Amino acid sequence: MLSINNLHARIEEKEILKGINLDIKAGEVHAIMGPNGSGKSTLASVLAGRPEYEVTGGSVEFLEKDLLELSPEERAGEGIFLAFQYPVEIPGLTTTNFIKTAVNEVRKYRGQAPYDAVQFLKLMREKMAMVEINQSLLSRSLNEGFSGGEKKRNEIFQMAMLEPKLAILDETDSGLDIDAIRIVANGVNKLRNKDNAVLLVTHYQRLLDYIVPDFVHVLYNGRIVKSGTKELAFELEEKGYDFIKNEVAQEA
Amino acid sequence: MNTIETIKERYQQLQSNNGSSVLTPIEQHAFNTFNTLGIPTVKNEEWKYTRINGVFNKEYAFNPEDISASISESDLNAIRFPGDEKTNELVFVNGLYSNELSTIHSENLTVISLEEATKSEYRELVLQHLGHSSKYINDGLNALNTAFAAEGVFIHVKKGDIVEHPVYIYNIIDARSANILAQPRVLIYVGENAQVIFAENYATFGAAESFTNQVTEIVVEKDALVEYYKIQNDAAHTNQVTTTHIRQIGKSLVNTVTVSLDGGIVRNNLNIAMEAEYSESHFFGLYFLKGATHVDNHTVVDNVKPHCQSNELYKGAVDDNATAVFNGKIFVQKDAQKTNAYQSNKNLLLSNNATVNTKPQLEIFADDVKCSHGCTVGQLDEEALFYLRSRGISEAAAKSLLIHAFAVDILGHIKPEAIRQHVDELISRRLGVEIE
Repeated sequence: MLSINNLHARIEEKEILKGINLDIKAGEVHAIMGPNGSGKSTLASVLAGRPEYEVTGGSVEFLEKDLLELSPEERAGEGIFLAFQYPVEIPGLTTTNFIKTAVNEVRKYRGQAPYDAVQFLKLMREKMAMVEINQSLLSRSLNEGFSGGEKKRNEIFQMAMLEPKLAILDETDSGLDIDAIRIVANGVNKLRNKDNAVLLVTHYQRLLDYIVPDFVHVLYNGRIVKSGTKELAFELEEKGYDFIKNEVAQEA
Repeated sequence: MNTIETIKERYQQLQSNNGSSVLTPIEQHAFNTFNTLGIPTVKNEEWKYTRINGVFNKEYAFNPEDISASISESDLNAIRFPGDEKTNELVFVNGLYSNELSTIHSENLTVISLEEATKSEYRELVLQHLGHSSKYINDGLNALNTAFAAEGVFIHVKKGDIVEHPVYIYNIIDARSANILAQPRVLIYVGENAQVIFAENYATFGAAESFTNQVTEIVVEKDALVEYYKIQNDAAHTNQVTTTHIRQIGKSLVNTVTVSLDGGIVRNNLNIAMEAEYSESHFFGLYFLKGATHVDNHTVVDNVKPHCQSNELYKGAVDDNATAVFNGKIFVQKDAQKTNAYQSNKNLLLSNNATVNTKPQLEIFADDVKCSHGCTVGQLDEEALFYLRSRGISEAAAKSLLIHAFAVDILGHIKPEAIRQHVDELISRRLGVEIE
């Protein structure tokens, strides 16, 4: 589904990604872990098309398309979804209006007819129940005054509404208490199926107790330096990131 | 013959035809003022950013006569605010009030010509209040309008009554055969404990140019409640200078919202004189400017008496080569202790060629007041834009959603739902997206 090949990217003059290689197949859950500043969020941002980042080398193929050629909105249309680490507050725009616009724009991109009010409402009710979010939150301005947990739940709700092929969760667990993590993880798990994939970006192992990955990759200094199964996450939790740093230093 | 000469000739003609009335000295005084001051230029501090004298380089027909017949029902339907069969509609054509096209349903609402009013029970009210705006706006354009004041109308809202249905004012110009200069003049008196909602718009029919020089004076008595909505969305080849001068002579509540969308040069003078203790006023402005539209909002709040509260917020987005000017003055006079006065102007600049000139001013002569003022000029938030785009929303639609979101709190101050929805639709059309 996704094939990243020797990806290099920088922001302003600073090179952050220095040759990422990663393959994700449909039905898989991959976790990217790593210390702060290793480039995890940059990778998530580059895949979603954040304009500040400049790709300086390598390629990304997504469902047989050159992802890097596409605008952020086209990527969403193709099925990429980024759950933001810091979801933006937009006073004056209700979540409902926002998500209706998004759903219909994505449907237009996919050559589907827009939902009418009734169809949209039905879909919304179904997904609201799935991710345990209530109507009063959705009637308010987008993320305005939401708690950390409410913002992240709103991200998962948007994901449910847009039905992406590849969901990238950028530190979705950061700043959440355990109950909030459980709700968010439940939502993600319900949305998983054999045709889609999830890329989890996280600093801590605890999210992986709830969303169990098939593969774990350790990102350090702009490269994936170690890959393994979920056991690797336990090892990281136990030993800390220093053990990776030491290994990399020894190899050099 | 240039327009200034046309105006002078027309003035002489009217004066000799109509003979003398109690309004003649007011008109004569104004005409002399106009001759002395002329059309304001950018050398006048109040007109520094708005070059209005260029408008007078063109020739305009200025021969107000009743041409109601030239306005068809479909013309009217094209510009009507949403309403029902009970809505009061006051129609002005080329600056003159049209009895024929206007419809008044509310019994507590009286509309007569100012000339007529001076011969009626309203004589004292007219003589007392007509022309008060010139104390605040001493320029040639205000004088020019006042020189023809007798052609204006007097609107009386009866004491103690609620005008249940809104009063819509349509300022129509028929420029299908010539450039038109129009000078609507209105004096509104809202009696004690009365309530009324006004909403007005401006529409030019035809491809020729129009220039509207409007003066509306509103007197608000004790315990009265007035809402005043001005919606400006005329064509790009039309220019307007509007003066709305509101006096709260009794403890009262005034809400105004001025929405400016399309047009050529649009200058709005809005004065609020708070002349009674414990009065309250809220005034809001909203502008979405594109093309070469130039909108200049000049507001004055004059706190004369203590314990008054005013709240002013103007917001707008400026794109293409458009220009927005905001000049807000708050005066707190020596006796106006315990005044609460707030003022804010927020702008989004959407293109490199767009211009915003904003100047909030406070002049405080009392020592126990709470006042604040401020302005911001910024751009669309890149992070918010990316957030929307990452959800599949095109860049253009995302921008429109953000601009709309920026403005929506102002829309909330348009209380009648029908007008609010109408304005929201106009804005969505202006922004080029459909927003539900």
